[in-house]
Amino acid sequence: MHLVVCIKYIPDPEAAFSMFSIDEQAKKVTPASGLKHVVSPFDEQAIEAALRIREAHVGTRITVLTLGKESSRNALKHGLAMGADDGVLLADAALDDGDAYTTAVSLSAALKKLGAVDMVLTGRQAADGDAGIVGAGIGELLNMPVLTFAKSIAINSNTVRVERVLDDGTEIVEADLPAVVTVSNEIGAPRAPSLRETMRAARKPIVSWTASDLGLNAENVGAAGSRAVRERLLAPSKVIQCEFIDAATPEQQGVRLAQRLREAKVL
Amino acid sequence: MNTLVIAEMALDQPASASLEHLAVARSLAGEGRVIVLLLGAQIAAAESLIARGADKVIVGTPSAFDGYNSDAWTACAASVANEHAVALVLAAHTPRGADLAPRLAFRLNGACATGCVGVEQQDGALHFTRASHGGNVRETLRFKTECVVATVRAGIYDALPVDAKRQGEIVTLSPAPASRVRVIERKRESGVGVRLEDAKVIIAGGRGLNGPEGFDVLATLAETLGGVVGASRVPCDLGWCSHAMQIGLTGKTVTPELYIAVGISGASHHLAGCGNAKTMVAINTDKDAAIFRDAKFGVVGDYAKVVPALTAAIRALPTTS
Ligand SMILES: Cc1cc2nc3c(=O)[nH]c(=O)nc-3n(C[C@H](O)[C@H](O)[C@H](O)COP(=O)(O)OP(=O)(O)OC[C@H]3O[C@@H](n4cnc5c(N)ncnc54)[C@H](O)[C@@H]3O)c2cc1C
Ligand SMILES: Nc1ncnc2c1ncn2[C@@H]1O[C@H](COP(=O)(O)O)[C@@H](O)[C@H]1O
Repeated sequence: MHLVVCIKYIPDPEAAFSMFSIDEQAKKVTPASGLKHVVSPFDEQAIEAALRIREAHVGTRITVLTLGKESSRNALKHGLAMGADDGVLLADAALDDGDAYTTAVSLSAALKKLGAVDMVLTGRQAADGDAGIVGAGIGELLNMPVLTFAKSIAINSNTVRVERVLDDGTEIVEADLPAVVTVSNEIGAPRAPSLRETMRAARKPIVSWTASDLGLNAENVGAAGSRAVRERLLAPSKVIQCEFIDAATPEQQGVRLAQRLREAKVL
Repeated sequence: MNTLVIAEMALDQPASASLEHLAVARSLAGEGRVIVLLLGAQIAAAESLIARGADKVIVGTPSAFDGYNSDAWTACAASVANEHAVALVLAAHTPRGADLAPRLAFRLNGACATGCVGVEQQDGALHFTRASHGGNVRETLRFKTECVVATVRAGIYDALPVDAKRQGEIVTLSPAPASRVRVIERKRESGVGVRLEDAKVIIAGGRGLNGPEGFDVLATLAETLGGVVGASRVPCDLGWCSHAMQIGLTGKTVTPELYIAVGISGASHHLAGCGNAKTMVAINTDKDAAIFRDAKFGVVGDYAKVVPALTAAIRALPTTS
């Protein structure tokens, strides 16, 4: 079985936002130069999900696939150190500054070039843009069923079963392979790379493909092929002034807060 | 411009978010028609949607559509969108909407904007405003495609008032299209009272509760206020409470009158789901916690002492007329 995990290399989404600056003119978010980059958290959990599947199905091959700047190679190395078998890097100026559509087109072309893929795993959404579009796009472009927000994944011969997160519980759904599965944080914490895997990772292959390697016309990908035009970008403003409830004891704080809420007609 | 709203049900009524999106669709449609796709619901619900601004409601009754199925619903929505040549599709930003919208967008060879907090028309083009980077950034997008599918967060727009005289068309759909996805089992959490999405008062707990027992303390306060208990992601991930209680970027969007955040640090990812609460109160041991920047009232202190005191004080308040 061949699993491909799509991973995005992004500035640490849990870093204080003071580490980013917003350029309203260029309509870009720029991370401070020292800010560490990470595999987007849900994508890291998608790698974890793939590793768990391989534990249950010996002989499974896991490929990590990323589109980004040359530095995204670090994301692949992290995936390999977690235990993936090989990596594919799509780094090419022609692919830069795309949107969800061109990303899905480019990743789908890479998946086709990889050949017989049984399952594509993605994160539920990338933690920079917070969009959650690319996984569904890959499924539509490659004509595969898409099972979203996976909490757990099980494969049985030719079918995949996913327990997916709903707003009032979960449901178990099933589809034939090949399929796309998007992974949510409920799947659990990703493993840290072990020393042994990190050593082995250095010898694992990473191939690098350009748009033309994928048979993609530069006009249809990257900034040129994007369907989204960013009109504005800004930091939302906050105007709230907090009134701290001052009192000597927690009991008095409770009483005072209740009074203030009553005076403010909230209660 | 024709618009399509993918409506959701909350128990046996159209969800309030869907009514809000119907109002947006109505205002943007101009001379065009507002179509609503309502799957898994009875005709009565369709009638109520006409009174709220729909021109045509396409209903799939529970006998044919007994629950959400991404594959079948996407196929249905795509054929309705094509048949009515819609330029805009609005869905709720819920697990269903967020599952359906991007697939539908690709199926229609259109574009997709998720988690929108604004959809406006400017110079003849549709502009979609949404948060990114965990709620720290707000971007406005326009798309080059003829059709855009957007999910919109709840509580941003007002629903139109009920107009019982409005006329509209109701069509039923049957059977459901074939699906490559088989639903094996649904595990619903027994609905206890009001849904978080509709709650007027929410008491939300975070990692600062230091264990599942803390939620009992919050439940007592919630009971006193007639409210509902919610959570940040951490206690859900730790198994202290159900993940269905998660509020935030990847949890629920709530818009209560009163939101009391207890032992929650105030990460932007959390505020993405509750930042529109009318009045926020924060209870936290750390006076520098970010949550105080969004709160109208703040208490610096240990929740285990403050919350019971608050509960008792509220019980002791004279009743209002
Ligand atoms: C892509 C992404 C998506 C995310 N989506 C969500 C989401 O949808 N919802 C969400 O909530 N989070 C989400 N998160 C996580 C988010 O970034 C924060 O990590 C999380 O919200 C923190 O939860 P918390 O405030 O409960 O915990 P902490 O940040 O650990 O804060 C605990 C707080 O409790 C206080 N405290 C400790 N003891 C007490 C006490 N005895 N009494 C009172 N206060 C006390 C502490 O001072 C602290 O401020 C997401 C993260 C990422 C990267
Ligand atoms: N540049 C990229 N390279 C690899 N995978 C990506 C990239 N962008 C998005 N993805 C995958 O698609 C998922 C959804 O992304 P998005 O639609 O951008 O929120 C992510 O969690 C990744 O798994």
